[in-house]
Amino acid sequence: MNRSQFNYLIGLSAFFIFLLGIVSGLGFLWWMTAGDSNQILDTAALSSREFLVIGLMLILLLVVGYVLHRAFKAYFFTVKELAEQMTLILSANPTHRVQPEGPSEVRQLGQTINAFADRFQSLLADDEAKILSARAQLEEERNRLAALVSELTEGVLVCNLEGQILLYNRRAKQLLSRKLDKPVNGNGAGGFVGLGRSVFGLIDYDSITHALEDIGYHLEKESSRPVSNFVTSATNGQLIRARMVPVLDQQKELTGFVLTLEDITQQLEASTRRDILLQSLTEGTRASLANIRAAIETIEEYPEMDEDRLEVFRKIIREEAEMLSEKLNETISDHTADLRSNWQLDPMLGSNLIWAIRRRFEDKLAIETGVEYEEEDLWLNVDSFAVVQALTSIMRQLNADFDVTEATLRLKRTGRIAALDMIWDDAPVDQETLWAWQNQASIADGEGFPLPLKEVAERHGGEIWCQTDKETGKSYLRLLLPTTNPKPAWHVPILQINSRPEYYDFDLFHQAGQKPELDDQPLSELTYTVFDTETTGLNPAQGDEIISISAVRIVNNRLLRQEVFDQLIDPRRPISRASRDIHGISPDMLKGQPQIEQVLPQFCKFSEDTVLVAHNAAFDMRMLQLKEAALGIKFINPVLDTLLLAAVVHPNQQDQSIEAIAHRLGVNVFGRHTSLGDAIVTGEIFLKLIPLLAEQGIETLEQARAAAEKTYYARISY
Amino acid sequence: MLALSSLTARPITGKNIMAKKVLIVDDEQNIVISLEFLMQRAGYEVAIARNGEDALEVVGQFRPDLVLLDVMMPKINGFDVCQKIRDNPDLQDTKVIMLTAKGREVEVAKGMALGANSYVIKPFSTRELVAEVQRVLEEE
Repeated sequence: MNRSQFNYLIGLSAFFIFLLGIVSGLGFLWWMTAGDSNQILDTAALSSREFLVIGLMLILLLVVGYVLHRAFKAYFFTVKELAEQMTLILSANPTHRVQPEGPSEVRQLGQTINAFADRFQSLLADDEAKILSARAQLEEERNRLAALVSELTEGVLVCNLEGQILLYNRRAKQLLSRKLDKPVNGNGAGGFVGLGRSVFGLIDYDSITHALEDIGYHLEKESSRPVSNFVTSATNGQLIRARMVPVLDQQKELTGFVLTLEDITQQLEASTRRDILLQSLTEGTRASLANIRAAIETIEEYPEMDEDRLEVFRKIIREEAEMLSEKLNETISDHTADLRSNWQLDPMLGSNLIWAIRRRFEDKLAIETGVEYEEEDLWLNVDSFAVVQALTSIMRQLNADFDVTEATLRLKRTGRIAALDMIWDDAPVDQETLWAWQNQASIADGEGFPLPLKEVAERHGGEIWCQTDKETGKSYLRLLLPTTNPKPAWHVPILQINSRPEYYDFDLFHQAGQKPELDDQPLSELTYTVFDTETTGLNPAQGDEIISISAVRIVNNRLLRQEVFDQLIDPRRPISRASRDIHGISPDMLKGQPQIEQVLPQFCKFSEDTVLVAHNAAFDMRMLQLKEAALGIKFINPVLDTLLLAAVVHPNQQDQSIEAIAHRLGVNVFGRHTSLGDAIVTGEIFLKLIPLLAEQGIETLEQARAAAEKTYYARISY
Repeated sequence: MLALSSLTARPITGKNIMAKKVLIVDDEQNIVISLEFLMQRAGYEVAIARNGEDALEVVGQFRPDLVLLDVMMPKINGFDVCQKIRDNPDLQDTKVIMLTAKGREVEVAKGMALGANSYVIKPFSTRELVAEVQRVLEEE
């Protein structure tokens, strides 16, 4: 019986007793007013008819009760049920409809409610469609932004005012990441680029605060370009030119900043080389010229000087002239590349250039174009746009003036240069005409390039000429271009728009920095370093050593597969057969790898200000802690163990291996027994455990640790 | 432009009967040969120093009226030599002409600020150099 039914019964009983009281009261009054004789008579009569009277009263009461019950059921209960169903439609299930029953007024109310529900459902569906579409669009835009940013050749960091990194691209990571052979120093985060990490560990604190102050000044003055530039050295020693641009909210308050980073180490070296070149060209030449000039003028002024002295001056002239020639030759051979540095040339596969020219000939001029290579893998140093445009212009002329409709492109290497030939079958063109074409700008049909082919060739440090092959009788135009060794500076990934890259997390704009008091924070908001080690054996106390340590970060409930630590370590001792069978790491693989003294301090920095997570963490932590004293480091991070947490969630399961837990939680297992593979699987398991723990009321770090300590597995020690 | 013959006559026929002394400081043998010949023909008494250290030593003994000082030299460069000459109270009257292959304005400014009387950029006209030596020597 629910509360409303109980109330109803109490009400009905009270009403019943009330009616009974009225009837009894009326009977008693009537009896009192009838006089003594009548009372005696009535008492006698009553006693004979009392059962009839009581019976009539009861029947009356029952009839009244039934009528009341029917009325209540039809109006009170039905309306109350309708109200409940309306709440259900409103809050949980908009597709629910009421079944109108009972009196016509109630049925009418039910129909009206259903009509309202129909309208409500359609409004909800409209809203939901709009939200989904907006969300998809936002997600796509974010991903497109991340994809674009990741392809930039400049490093990009977006940070909030606390200096936490909210977005970075591969180039920034490459520029700022510390090399393992560089020592760890200072108190910064130490050369690890990652979401939620501090930029101050990567770039000098003073430089950033100075730039922020500069920008603050610009904003105060309402400057149209609130930008600040500075040059700084990264923790790995490279010289970086940084440009800071503010991120403002709608109230134009500073909420963060964007840093674009450019490695100017090489640029600076090139500039230094150019300075040296300029110096040797000016000062060196001036000195020699001075000597020659002084000698010549002396001879001229004193023609009467004796033969011996004259010979001395002649000798000076000869020597200095020779030195001048040598210096010029040296300069040309040493600094040719530096002299052309203003013209932007990029490494490009010869076959790609040929493909681009061919496509242009065929698409724009309908010239059937064949291709001949002597070397597929020939890299050129070119401005491909300029070359394509200039050659297209010549071909356009050949086509218009000499009806050339077929051509062949040929590329071959000649020493350190490459010859790009444009060959056509018939219509020999006289040299003068070609000469004129080479020297005119290639603008035609509203497009083109304002440089003639001759100048394009010159800017490549190349040459151009035209001749006829005596054997085949075919004419060709030959362009000599510089070759280069392919040295792609970095790998540029092509990201799929629908694959969510993990280089950004703008939600961090609203998240305070990680505080030391982590215990009360929700598990879903903490930053974790999930790690795993592989070892020479299973007895750390008996000298077994770490041979591999890997970790992956979890920030804002996301496993960041790009932010990993993965390092093999030379243990300086043999690996047990049993261990080798498990992880497959052989002593050969460890030769030349850094030792634990170099790696562990780096890992300590990598995991700074995060919660450590491992499967069977007691073992891994023991391996780390045994090294702490010798290396002067300390892992003060809180630690969570997925083995224990899984036992909290599924206490009755016997098998708590990574595979078994992963299977139960629907996590794909790959790369088991490589430490990185294990760390990633452990991370995935941990993310699945967080909501399951929350269902048991375990939501904070402190609660998770307390629950884990109570499990059986927590008693195992190493 | 003055004719060389008139230049050569000046020291002999001028008011100074004693020949003026010129110290040539340069590490390049080939220019030293020409300068030595030219200065001798112009009637000056000439001494040679091959580097900055030598120059500072010779300048004390030889007491030149004028130093033709190259800037780019090993050990002590011309700027330092010039500064040391100017710091020595006994050499206050010694004139200094700096000779250099460095043609940048800032270097000219530095040389003049350090007390050089003139600054000649290589390559120079020998006639103009001789004229410049004479002009500087006549300066009060």
